[in-house]
Parts: sequence; C-alpha cells; structure tokens
Amino acid sequence: MTLLKPAVGRALGWAALAALVVLALFGLWGAPPDDVQGDAQRLMYLHVPAAWIAYLAFGVTAFSSALWLWPRTRAAVWDRIAGSSAELGVLFTALTLMLGSLWGRPVWGVWWAWDARLVTTAVLLFLYLGYLALRKVPAAPEARAKRCAIAALIAFVDVPLVHFSVSWWRTLHQEATVFDPELKANIHGVMAFTLWWGVLAFTLVYVYLLDRRYRLESLEEDLEQRELEQAIAERVAGAGTPGRGSRKEEVPVG
Amino acid sequence: MNLAQEVGLVAGKDLRIERRARVTLQQILPFGAIVLLLFAFALDPDRGVLRRVAPGLFWVAVLLAVLLAVSRAFTIETEHAARDGLRLSGLDPAAIFLGKAAAIAVQLVVLEALLAAGVVLLFDVSLSSIGPLVLATLAATVGLAATGTLYGVLAVGLRMRETLVPVLLLPVVSPVLLGATRAWEAAIDGAPSDAWPWVGVLSVFAVLAVGAGMLAFGPLLEEA
Amino acid sequence: MQPVVRLRSIVCLLGRFPALAGLDLDAAAGEVVLLSGGNGAGKTTLLRLIAGLVAVHSGEAEVLGRDLTRDRRSHRRELALVGHESACYDDLTTRENVDFAVRAAGASPDVAADALEQLGLAPLADVAHGRLSTGQRRRLALAIALARGPKLLLLDEPHAGLDAEGRAVLDEVLAAASEDGRTVLLASHELDRTRALATREVVLTAGRAHGSLAAEPQPEPARQ
Repeated sequence: MTLLKPAVGRALGWAALAALVVLALFGLWGAPPDDVQGDAQRLMYLHVPAAWIAYLAFGVTAFSSALWLWPRTRAAVWDRIAGSSAELGVLFTALTLMLGSLWGRPVWGVWWAWDARLVTTAVLLFLYLGYLALRKVPAAPEARAKRCAIAALIAFVDVPLVHFSVSWWRTLHQEATVFDPELKANIHGVMAFTLWWGVLAFTLVYVYLLDRRYRLESLEEDLEQRELEQAIAERVAGAGTPGRGSRKEEVPVG
Repeated sequence: MNLAQEVGLVAGKDLRIERRARVTLQQILPFGAIVLLLFAFALDPDRGVLRRVAPGLFWVAVLLAVLLAVSRAFTIETEHAARDGLRLSGLDPAAIFLGKAAAIAVQLVVLEALLAAGVVLLFDVSLSSIGPLVLATLAATVGLAATGTLYGVLAVGLRMRETLVPVLLLPVVSPVLLGATRAWEAAIDGAPSDAWPWVGVLSVFAVLAVGAGMLAFGPLLEEA
Repeated sequence: MQPVVRLRSIVCLLGRFPALAGLDLDAAAGEVVLLSGGNGAGKTTLLRLIAGLVAVHSGEAEVLGRDLTRDRRSHRRELALVGHESACYDDLTTRENVDFAVRAAGASPDVAADALEQLGLAPLADVAHGRLSTGQRRRLALAIALARGPKLLLLDEPHAGLDAEGRAVLDEVLAAASEDGRTVLLASHELDRTRALATREVVLTAGRAHGSLAAEPQPEPARQ
C-alpha cells in the first residue's frame, strides 16, 4: 500500500518541510554571498540538489525496473516505484534545467551553455518524457510494466554514453567552459554545509513524495484489481453482464 | 536451422519486400534529400556555412530517415497480423531481431551513400580520408538500425506507435549523432586520426544496441 | 492417453476484460471439435490461448504436453493457427509467403508445393498477396498451416470468405486431418457443414464452455 508506515511517512513530510525551511534560511541569509557571482550564486543551493535528485530518481527507476524484469524478484511494487520515481524525476530534471538557466543568465550572461552536465541533463529530461509517454499508453499492467522497464534500462545505459560523448566533444573544442556549476574553488565552511544540507533536504522531499505517489498508484491499481476480480467473478458465475456475448444455448451433438 | 540461417531468412524476406515495394528508394530517399534541401533554404546559402555544417545536416537527415525506415519495417508486420505468424513460426526471436535490423541497416547504407553524394554536390564538400569515414558510418548505421528495431518492436502493437517511436528513439541515439558527425568532420577537415576515437564510441554503442536488442526483442514481441 | 488439450477453470484477460471466465475443455488426438457460439463468446481468444499467443490469467492449461502457465512458446512448433488474418506479406507472392513460413518452421520446401496443390493455389503461385481475394488468402493461410505438419490444427472460422470450391477443399482437408491423427479445434458459425465433420461440439457462451467437454479419444488411424 505504502512504502513507509503512515506514521513514518507523516513524520518524514514534516522533517522535509523543516529541512527546506532551514535550507531557505541558510541559503538566503546564513551563507555569505559569493565574491565573484554575488547573490545569484545562491541558486546553487537549489540547482545542485535538484540535479542530484534528478539523477537519483532516474537510478531508482532503472533499478526498480531491473528488479521487476528479473523473474525471481518480479512484483508489482517495483513497477509502481519505477513509475512514481520517474514522475518525480522529470519534475526535478526540469527544475534543474530552469534553475541552471536562471543562475547562468546573471552570472555568465547566457541562458544555456553546451557543457556535458547540462546537455546530459537535457537528454535525461527527454528520456524521462519518453518513459512517461510509454507509461500513459493504455495496456494490461504486465505488458505495460515490461515495456517501460526495458525502456528504462536502455535509457539508463544510454546516459553515461551521452555524458561521455558530450564531454569529450566539448573538451575537444577547447572552448573555455566558463559555465561550471561546481566552481568549488570558493566553497567551504558555511557554503559547503548549506550545499550538503540542500542535498539532504531535497532527498527527504523526494522520499516523502515518492511514498505519496506510490500510495496513489497503489490505490488506483488496487481499485482496478478489485473491479477486474468482480468482472471475472460475475462472468464465471454467468451472472449476465449484458452486451458482450450471446446467450444462445445450443443442443450439443454427441 | 541455425541462428545465422534464420537471420538470413528474415533479412532476406524484408529485403525482398523492399525490392518489390521500393519504399526506401522511392519515399524515404526523397524525404532525406528534401530535408537536406530544406536545411540549405533555412541556413545561410553562403557556401562556407553549409560546408561546415554539412556532416551534421547529413546525420540529422539520416536520423529522420531511420524513423521512417523503422516505421515501415513494422508496418509490414502489422498488416495481416504477420506478427502472430512470426511468433508461431518457431523462429528464435533474437534471429528475428538481427534479421530485421540487418535489413534496415542495408537499406540505410544505400540511403546514406546516395545522400552523401547529395551532400558532396549540394554543399560542396570533399570527402577525403574514406577509411574512418566509412567505418564510422557503418558503426553508426548498425547502432541506429539495432536501436530502431528495438523500439520498433516495443511500440508495434500500440495505437500511438507513430508518435511514440520518435520520442523514445531520438534521445537514446543522440550519442550516435554526436559521434558520427564528429567523425565525419574529422575526416573531412583532414585530421583523420581524430576520427578514430569517435569510431570507437560508435562501435561501443552498436555492440550495446545489438546486445540489448537480442535480449529484449523476444519478450517485447510476446507482449505486442 | 494424454489429451492433446486439457484446460481447467481458465480465466483469460483481454486488456481488463475477462474474455474467458472459468472455461474447461479437453481434446484428444484425432478429434475434430467444433466450437460454436455467438460473437464475443470467446472462441477466438480460446484458440489464441491454446496457441500460446495470449497468457493464462488463472487456471490449468496443458497443450501438447506443455504447461502453458509456465511456457507458452515451445509447443508452438507442433501446432498451426489459422486466424482471421493470413499472417502474410502483401508484397510477396503466394509461393514466397509459403516458402518463408515453411522454412521458418524448419520443414522441407517440397511440402510447400504439395500444400499449394492440395488447396488449389498452384495457379496463383506467382501472384502477390496483396492481389489475392479474401477467399484465396484464407486458402493460403490454410496451406501454410498444413505445410507445417502440425499435430494440432486451430481454425478460426475457416469457411468465412471461401467460395463453394474453397469450402469443398476445406472439408476434404478437415476429413483428411482427422484421419491422419491430427487434432482439430474449429470455431465456426457454419454449423450445418461443420456438424457433419465434427466428432464433437462444444458451445461457448460468455467465456465458458458448455456441452461435451470431455475428450473422446478417436481410434488410432490405420498405419501403413
């Protein structure tokens, strides 16, 4: 029904909220502005954690898909986790890209830069969208799960290839990659703490939302399962679901 | 029949159908050529620009053509429920995958050769260093054909197949577009040694795509 | 003797609809079992389930000695299904379609020629499938099925679309099949003709079977 016990889930929700509040405090006031980038750099405290979750969610989708595909561990729970994680993943990926844009514009004057991390994240977004499109196609649960699981695993193997190709492409071009989201030269102390706190807060948010989404999916599937069993039982009992099937009784031939 | 014979049987069937119907030659090839022409309209007709971006334009045109080729390859299986026939035939699904992918690859190679001629003519490109160019093209083609066949069967029973396959396939093959374009650029700009590493990347992709297809084609065909 | 088909409490889903709901059925070697019933009763689904094309949701299913709930693929070589569609390719000729199916099944090409003869398709050997009439396509599908030499023949409304000559040929084929010790499961609306040929009739209504459900083993065919 749910991944976490209801009490744990609720507590997690409050913890996530609290963590976000703390993050906001540190991000906006606690941490000092960057020497070079000024206040715009504070977006890093959202952008980097969002990116982390985008990839974490993707990994969870791929791993759950693998567990579903493996016959010994096949169970509906993995398919539901894969789907729920993908929905969250696409949100966080889009968030990562938007925040990256917002950060890049004031600091480096560009809305976008063709570096490996950003481009790979953009491709990741499209891989997610494809997966979700596949999930929306109406089909029997087993068939849908199998298709989506295979698509997820292919995408998972593809991402490193994309990253490698793009990063190599960009280094070959020998353009100074000015846009480096992790210009860690000046990150220490409070800034480092805030960054890691951001990662923690976002992870809590992710797990909480995953649990909620999973619960929703699980309820929907339970409802469909119950309707299905009822339809089967009615038909088995010959209780007459009108419309489909004729009621002719023929005299059998010996 | 062993695997190789089964692959030959399936590939032969698809290629014979193509020889009769001539869809690749009469529809997909003109489509690719028109795409190249449209690029020329869209970009600065100053010859210098087109020559520089010619490899990229070529491979984008090829990618779009792959979508059509894959669509066609599976349309023939949905007419008259030939898919059921394949499932009942007793053929090894891996052989069906390799056969269909091989047929698509052969058609793509012919297409690429003709489009390359078009690129040379229209964009004033000189193709030197044929070696890495050809190898890169072959590796890219295998990767595209294999991945296309895999997603083609994934979507084969679905109503929204026509729009789903592009959305699924194109992001996944972006490394192929990248690698093939860079390899061509290196070969054309007279720095062929730069092309070899990209040939490597394309080959890795091709091997992974073929492997994934051989594993996944069977289960996906059964769910169709 | 083991029945060729043994089904108990079969539930089979099409999407979310229980097309078969608690179906029992047996069939022994050499029987010709007529499946009658209205549209939507589940005849097509039943035949496809026995062929292993659709999964068993619950119940026991044993066909040709294999448990379909575990493995619904390995028994396919020993059966043949003639459905509503011919499972052929429009751009291939009759001969080419049969050759492909026969070679895929691992049978010898001479068998293909015999099957074409038997069904009166020899004059159409070089006609493209797309040009055949419905009745001719039906006969072609039947020729392919017979050429595979199946122990179990599954026919879904085989008389539909056939002309008088075609029907006569089909009746001969059915009679011969039974003599050869093949089991035939035949779904049909043409009750007058088929009752004469069938050894037993089973009525399908709303996903369940009524009538003589037990197998009636036929005497062994005289062996030369």
